[in-house]
Amino acid sequence: MTAPALVVRDLSVSVGGSRVVDGVDLEVAAGETFALLGESGCGKSMTALALMRLLPPGGRVRSGSVRLDGEELLDLPEYAMRGVRGGRLGMIFQEPQTSLNPVLRVGDQIAEAARLHDPAADPRRRAVELLAAVGIPDPERRVREFPHQLSGGMKQRVMIAMALAGRPRLLIADEPTTALDVTIQAQVLDLLADLRRETGMAMMLITHDLGVVAESAGRLAIMYAGQILESAPVGAFFAAPAHPYGRMLLAALPTGERRGGHLAAIEGRVPSPDEALQGCRFAPRCPQAEARCHRQPPDWHPVGPGHRVRCHLWAQGGHGAHVDVPVAKGPGAEEGAAAPLLETQGLQVHFPIRKGLLKRVVGRVRAVDGIDLHLDAGRTLALVGESGCGKTTCGKALLQLIRPTGGRVLYRGRDLAALSGRALRPFRRELQIVFQDPFAAMNPRMLVGDIVAEGLVAQGLAKDRAERRARVAELLERVGIAPEAAARYPHEFSGGQRQRICIARALAVEPRLIVCDEPTSALDVSVQAQILNLLHDLQTGLGLAYLFITHDISVVAYLAHEVAVMYLGRIVERGRVEAVLAAPLHPYTRALLSAVPEPDPASRRQRIHLEGDMPSPADPPGGCHFHPRCPEADARCAREYPPLRTLSSGRVVACHHVPDG
Amino acid sequence: MMVVLWTDALLWLVFALGLGYGLYAARRPHLRAPWRRVVRSRTALAAAVVLAAYAVVGLLDSIHLRAGPRDQGPYAGEVVSLLDRLLTPLRVHQEKTYAAPFALHLYARETVQGPDGRPLRTWPRLRWAPEGVDEAHKAGHILRLALKGVLWGLMAWLAFWGLLAAALARVRRATFGGTARRLVRGGDPVPWPTLLGTAALVLVVAGVLAAWAPHYHVLGTDKVGEDVLYQALKSVRTGIVIGTLTTLVMLPAAILLGIAAGYFRGWVDDVIQYVYTTLSSIPGVLLIAAAVLMLQIYMSNHPGEFDSLVRRADLRLLFLCLILGITSWTTLCRLLRGETLKLRDQDYVQAAHAFGVAHFTIIARHILPNVLHIVLITLVLDFSGLVLAEAVLSYVNIGVDPTMNSWGNMINGARLELAREPMVWWSLAAAFLFMFGLVLAANLLSDVVQAAFDPRTRGARR
Ligand code: SF4
Ligand code: SF4
Repeated sequence: MTAPALVVRDLSVSVGGSRVVDGVDLEVAAGETFALLGESGCGKSMTALALMRLLPPGGRVRSGSVRLDGEELLDLPEYAMRGVRGGRLGMIFQEPQTSLNPVLRVGDQIAEAARLHDPAADPRRRAVELLAAVGIPDPERRVREFPHQLSGGMKQRVMIAMALAGRPRLLIADEPTTALDVTIQAQVLDLLADLRRETGMAMMLITHDLGVVAESAGRLAIMYAGQILESAPVGAFFAAPAHPYGRMLLAALPTGERRGGHLAAIEGRVPSPDEALQGCRFAPRCPQAEARCHRQPPDWHPVGPGHRVRCHLWAQGGHGAHVDVPVAKGPGAEEGAAAPLLETQGLQVHFPIRKGLLKRVVGRVRAVDGIDLHLDAGRTLALVGESGCGKTTCGKALLQLIRPTGGRVLYRGRDLAALSGRALRPFRRELQIVFQDPFAAMNPRMLVGDIVAEGLVAQGLAKDRAERRARVAELLERVGIAPEAAARYPHEFSGGQRQRICIARALAVEPRLIVCDEPTSALDVSVQAQILNLLHDLQTGLGLAYLFITHDISVVAYLAHEVAVMYLGRIVERGRVEAVLAAPLHPYTRALLSAVPEPDPASRRQRIHLEGDMPSPADPPGGCHFHPRCPEADARCAREYPPLRTLSSGRVVACHHVPDG
Repeated sequence: MMVVLWTDALLWLVFALGLGYGLYAARRPHLRAPWRRVVRSRTALAAAVVLAAYAVVGLLDSIHLRAGPRDQGPYAGEVVSLLDRLLTPLRVHQEKTYAAPFALHLYARETVQGPDGRPLRTWPRLRWAPEGVDEAHKAGHILRLALKGVLWGLMAWLAFWGLLAAALARVRRATFGGTARRLVRGGDPVPWPTLLGTAALVLVVAGVLAAWAPHYHVLGTDKVGEDVLYQALKSVRTGIVIGTLTTLVMLPAAILLGIAAGYFRGWVDDVIQYVYTTLSSIPGVLLIAAAVLMLQIYMSNHPGEFDSLVRRADLRLLFLCLILGITSWTTLCRLLRGETLKLRDQDYVQAAHAFGVAHFTIIARHILPNVLHIVLITLVLDFSGLVLAEAVLSYVNIGVDPTMNSWGNMINGARLELAREPMVWWSLAAAFLFMFGLVLAANLLSDVVQAAFDPRTRGARR
């Protein structure tokens, strides 16, 4: 191993009196990618900000040392630190949108960074070079554009170019791809890997995504409640995680093999930083906790070469540490009775684009453009696609929350799209929705009890107050929330608990079908597992059908029976989950699946690279919508849109080049 | 015998609404939290004490009685307020014409009959000047009175402190002594010492004024010899009425239309937007002038419909509130429309739609409670603006009735007084002082209220 570029020793940070980072030790070698992995609120971003000395107001470093190439950063005066920041120490953030100044040209912003840290070179030339280096096509033109003219992936590339302007020795990337789609994420991760290889810089990747770590890092450290619990080479960790938390995180990931069973959800939630903890930080949630775990903080114990862990179980060389994480097999819900519940025929949602004084319609955004779906009772259909493909609009159109502009939505043979508001009311009972963001999904001014009872009242399902209260208590219990919660306000609950309450609210009217709009994407892995388990149990218990809208393939593999892949408002492929995931036929599906980072470094597949971004649904390309990005496109693809064909295997695909077989 | 004027009833209604809101908010954590932030700010607490003093004056002035035949003087049979009763010495100590603050003699020289019968050109002694006090003894007399006043103020303050401590001790189940000590020493999250300090200041000033007022014209007299302090105090009510009733009048329309426009969109939105854009393009002063002139003509043509001058002036005041309200609801309406547009796409509103909840219920349950903070912020911000607007309108003679006491009318009168030689400055100074106190306190309070309720600034100030 080469000399470490960054050495952090015993770093402690407090913000407003609570210790958010507590005694962190790190080393990052030149040319290495080091991943800092953790769930939200574990202190990983604070660690990065402390390294940059960019702590928020009220935050300060209490102790420790941060050495970059042997130079102590914490002792530098602020003006010297400014030279280091953006120079030898680069940083890219999660949100490229907010990190670029919207009124300055991209080239000027990069040139400014270049001028500060590299006065010798001509800043304009350097800006073009840097843009070329981060793989932006036609950099001479792009330097003159404004940030809003670039897509999200492009903006992140520009941010990377700015960070590179100072020729950094260490690049800190804080969730660099979390806001991006999978295919774009793959592009950015590849770019970062290439740059690291070319420049020999060290990289610190901060993420919550085990898949990203497995694909792109060499070593990792797991952070929990301000402390590092385990640090290991990536291969060794994924082969045999040593810490119970690490093991449970891996076991909590939804995968195809785990379908029908329970995921190993970690009970409870991450402790908030102002809770005083003695003993092991993980003890309240650890299934293997012993008496001493609650008293005495564990020391570091070696596991293997470069692999250390902070857990009492390893005090005797790992004796007793290989207890299996319990994975309870639930009753299999595989083959439910198949009775058609919901069907859409040519569902269309077009939004008019109005311009000018008279608000004339100058065009249409074809958010959903002719979709046929079919969902049976008690089954799960996953609607998969990247952001902007129209999947959320489609879900809302099914519930008539957005009125379709064309096509039919048949619920048990009745066309909901043709019903007026009043006639629709009885059907509202049967179809419900759970939203992505559990924080926005509840009126902050209402008590949880009133929120859950909303549907009961609206549908006239509970005659009096007492009955209503009893129903609410029952519902809350059903989703694993104490009934006393009814008298509290939503802000007193964590994200996972709120999502449970939202599910209870949907269940109140005893629906047959629930549209789940990315219900777990705002949650941490361990909490996501709890919610998925709950959804799974509810399906087996109540025979619910789910339309599961998501971009997360692993969730699809775990939960869905059927899957439909959407691109630019249309379905491109549809079929049974196992079949589609095992052998995707449509080029887009194939690229999408190959771009998903697998939490298993051993299975590095060939990635199919997609160039560019998804076009705007206001102006879809002619012919096959996918042809500008499709690796297999030919002249015919640019001319005519391929019809949806049903293959003999039962698979439905829209592509000229898929053989019928 | 009680006489209830329109504005009296409405002002007490505002007071009752405020109390009701207080009780409602106290039981709801999401409302209590921002108010707690308000009470914990020193500025807000001090401003609130000053505002409370103004409110007491205004409310006392809003209980009107018809003076019985037993009342002496020129006021028998007139409608007077409780405040008038309390201020009887000020009210009846009428001089002939201008007198400077604390003067013993009139401001202008007059020809009077000397003791020897010959006409003498001199400054006649005031009718109500304290007996046996001449220029040489005046300073001592004033000082003695002031000391007495301070003593009264301190006594009142002690009583206030005791009552506060007793009430708090009961609520907290603590000892009286301990609570009383804590109140002056501080240590609670609520800055009680600031509250007590401001209260002491207000009470001592009130005490001193009360001690002086029966003997001197503290702020001089005006052209017809009326006490200026009395006028300024009577004007408090006018200012408060304009500041609160106007917003009360405009509130229902602004809330209803603003939310309807944002919630239903489509043609409803188009119509409402059209109305308020049109309305806000008409110069407000023009509208007000036209309406007030029309009212004036109506009143002079139908003198029989008003049984007293007070009633007539009162109706004009109410009408002014109405007109001001009509010209100023558009801002709030626009704000509410914007916020509602944002809220209606929130997931919880969508969830309510998914349950088939009726539109009206959605508005009442999900939209209205989430825009109330905007209403509140607008209310407090508008208050001081309206008080100032009254002054401006009265100055150009389209404000309140000329017979009604108001700061605007005082300033209007001062227009000529400033041109006199020697200058008469005290009317203007008094109006300025009282108005400044009210507006400053209101502005300070509203800043804090806004910071506490506005979700955008909430995180920033902590
Ligand atoms: S130290 Fe104890 S509580 Fe902590 S992870 Fe190890 S076994 Fe669990
Ligand atoms: S039709 Fe052509 S462009 Fe479209 S997906 Fe198939 S091969 Fe690609």
